[in-house]
Amino acid sequence: MMIRQVNTLIVSSILSLVLTVMLSASSDQLAQAADINPVRFVMPNGLTVLVQEQHALPIVQIHALIKAGAAHDPSDKAGLANLVAGLLDEGTTTRSANQIGEQIEFVGGALQAKAGEDFTTASARILKKDIELGFELLADILLHPAFAEHELERVRSQILGEIQSEKDDPGQVAGKAFKQVVFPSHPYRWPITGTEETLPKIKRADVVQFYTREYVPNQTILTIVGDITADQARAQLAKRFGAWKRGDNIARTFALPHQLEKSVVKLIEKDLTQATILMGHVGISRTNPDYYAVTVMNYILGAGGFSSRLMDSIRDNQGLAYHVGSHFEANLMPGPFIVSLQTRNEAANQAITGVVTELNRIREGPVTDQELSEAKSYLIGSFPLRVDTISKLADVLALVELYGLGLDYFSRYPKLIEQVTKDDVLRVAKQYLHPSRYALVVVANQNKAKVKS
Amino acid sequence: MPAFRRASRRAFIRLMALWCGLFLWSASQVMALDVASTVHESILSNGLKVLLVESPKAPVVTVQIWYKVGSRNEVMGRAGLSHMLEHMMFKGTERNPKGTFSRLIRKNGGNDNAFTSQDFTAYFENVAADRVELALALEADRMQGLQLNEKEFQLEREVVKEERRLRTEDDPQSSLVEMLFAQAFLMHPYHWPVIGWFSDLNAMSLEDLKTYYDTYYSPNNATLVVVGDLKADALIETIKRLFEPIPKGPTPPAQRVAEPEQRGERRFLLKREAELPFAMVGYRVPNYTSDDSYALTILESILSHGKSSRLYRSLVYEQKIALAVGTEYNLLQTDPELLYCFAVVKPGSKIQDVEQALYREFERIQESPPTDQELQRAKNQVEAEYLFGQDSNFRQAMVLGQAETVGAGWRHIDKFLERIRSITAQDVQRVAHQYLTADNRTVGTLVPLPASAEPAAVSERH
Repeated sequence: MMIRQVNTLIVSSILSLVLTVMLSASSDQLAQAADINPVRFVMPNGLTVLVQEQHALPIVQIHALIKAGAAHDPSDKAGLANLVAGLLDEGTTTRSANQIGEQIEFVGGALQAKAGEDFTTASARILKKDIELGFELLADILLHPAFAEHELERVRSQILGEIQSEKDDPGQVAGKAFKQVVFPSHPYRWPITGTEETLPKIKRADVVQFYTREYVPNQTILTIVGDITADQARAQLAKRFGAWKRGDNIARTFALPHQLEKSVVKLIEKDLTQATILMGHVGISRTNPDYYAVTVMNYILGAGGFSSRLMDSIRDNQGLAYHVGSHFEANLMPGPFIVSLQTRNEAANQAITGVVTELNRIREGPVTDQELSEAKSYLIGSFPLRVDTISKLADVLALVELYGLGLDYFSRYPKLIEQVTKDDVLRVAKQYLHPSRYALVVVANQNKAKVKS
Repeated sequence: MPAFRRASRRAFIRLMALWCGLFLWSASQVMALDVASTVHESILSNGLKVLLVESPKAPVVTVQIWYKVGSRNEVMGRAGLSHMLEHMMFKGTERNPKGTFSRLIRKNGGNDNAFTSQDFTAYFENVAADRVELALALEADRMQGLQLNEKEFQLEREVVKEERRLRTEDDPQSSLVEMLFAQAFLMHPYHWPVIGWFSDLNAMSLEDLKTYYDTYYSPNNATLVVVGDLKADALIETIKRLFEPIPKGPTPPAQRVAEPEQRGERRFLLKREAELPFAMVGYRVPNYTSDDSYALTILESILSHGKSSRLYRSLVYEQKIALAVGTEYNLLQTDPELLYCFAVVKPGSKIQDVEQALYREFERIQESPPTDQELQRAKNQVEAEYLFGQDSNFRQAMVLGQAETVGAGWRHIDKFLERIRSITAQDVQRVAHQYLTADNRTVGTLVPLPASAEPAAVSERH
């Protein structure tokens, strides 16, 4: 919701590359990534902790992952997990919202809390000299949130305003509609923020109940990265998180999302110059053994920037779009596979046909040796960029723990990618891409787009 | 893991821009501590300036080449030419034909991209330290060897038009930003958007691009910055070998248009389909060449940095009339530009009330100086941001490149923190008084019109 010099700086090519790949390295650098060797321990109250010392700069990231997210919202109260997360730093039993903001910002630090589909994260970024304060504040917002009625109403009205504002963004409109079509009667159906219908139904008691049940140490992973020793971390943890009471273990039962039986087209009218197009279906979970083969396949299809087939066809050879790409959102449960692009209304059909052509092509014949080797060398070589700052590493460590990938993941990753064969790529393309039964969402001036259906 | 959707990309675009504005503002200041001792500066015989920083934290490097050309160098009728040329720079040379550039970098585990602003066009590669020569060779090759082809140009123009539709045409808030600059700058090229107008994009020819390329893409109009795991003494020899064969080019024409002083408030409306009203207020302010730029930097921080800032606390938290509010100021501009504020009006509130609330906050700081606590917080944030920013070679290179390219020179960074530290509460009050005046502002308002849309249709097919 920020406007920041949007017209004074134009970043070319695929924007999403810029932030995610600030730095990269070739396979020679994997030794460095393999050096990631965190200390892992479980506190008596069940809190799982990973500490990675990095002393190059006097900064520390403390990152908590609570295994409760929007997927665990009651179906008529979508947005509950997000509301709980949004209220964490808006007042505790001993500090007002303003006091929390003032304390963390005075020392140039930052607190952040955010709900996701499967989990919620809360983190503190702090200078080494203020490490005591960082642990104190993060523990305070996690252990003692006040959920004051007036703060709840304020944050709720803020989120409702943001939901209204998002209607101006065709990407948001399309994304919400896409989830509705692909995940009917599944927890991934609703936006994380909830909706204008569900948010008003949430009572303070719901917030407190969700918090009390879900925010327990035995459901939480805490990762600490930066200029701190494991012993210093242990001492801080004992002092600030030792009194956190263990809760009941929560047994989760998930229904697997079903694939569509036939294609569904949803056309949404909006008077725009461009058609925003999303195509896709249910994808894979992060723990699927085919995850690495799918990653290689999808790189070649549409995640490999200018090296991808979709970019080559839709942008470079037809000039139809500034951006086109494909993505598997591999969550705890199978998340969506999505191809996204924007093109002028009149070109919508041509672009859709172009995407379907590429989906069929990668299912019908093997990729070339060159495509395979270039995909692998990029994925392996650029791996260290995913952990090249303390905040990225804290984030990745928590996910490695969540998905049970093992602490040797960093040294195993190159092998996992390297062993993918052309046959694997073809097999997973056939198995996980469904170009005859997909959801197609088009937000556009429909009179001009005239999407064939 | 980020969702691959336009929504998240949009948020990203904004974040990206924020990140540029913000880290330049903050990172530059603390780099002052040791920048002079870490930068190895050389000027090659053909005029290419080279800045090398040894940062062996990780075995990677960032290569960035900055050209002193942006939309401020364009002429009326050809808005967007710099950015169009930036796109064409990926279309190949004789030695490295179309498609090979990014592919070579990627298969070596690296990433490349480029960005264009009002003041500069920059290209970068992030690669393993032992692949630095590949990146350098590719940049040297396309500094003068670009092959501009009519068919590729026609295709890429369509891509850029899609980019304009994506960024501006279909985004009410971005449209208002574009209009704000068009109203605040009547003569200076900051008047038009970096991406250009549709009519100008359509009017552009291959000949325009060729002339532009020949005029601005020469070693004497560029700065090469490399930061990372490198040995400056050895790398400069490689750089000389790759870049010195490129002949010195003509000195590009100077951009001499100066915007006259603003005499009186300018107001405009944008009426279009949108959900919520949105307001922007831009004030003409000086750039790095003025001592006031440091106090303006602190002023901006006190007004809008974080939940303890004045605008957030007043408009969002206490009065609950805005969904989002902030100010932007970046002193590293070639020519004096804007300090601007924006506010997204909360449903149920009136835009007039939001605008007046902004002015009340400005009056408050004009009438009495910020507290010691506020001043110290702003300074602490600056120092902390620098330390966090040092986690990235890319950021360090970006600060050096931008400082150099806008004309401040990378050494200007050195005095920065010192000057920031010496700012007093009275300095902040004074610049608020001097610049945040009614006569000096341009006010733009987005007036939402109701949607003409029919209800969503759903159809199914086999």
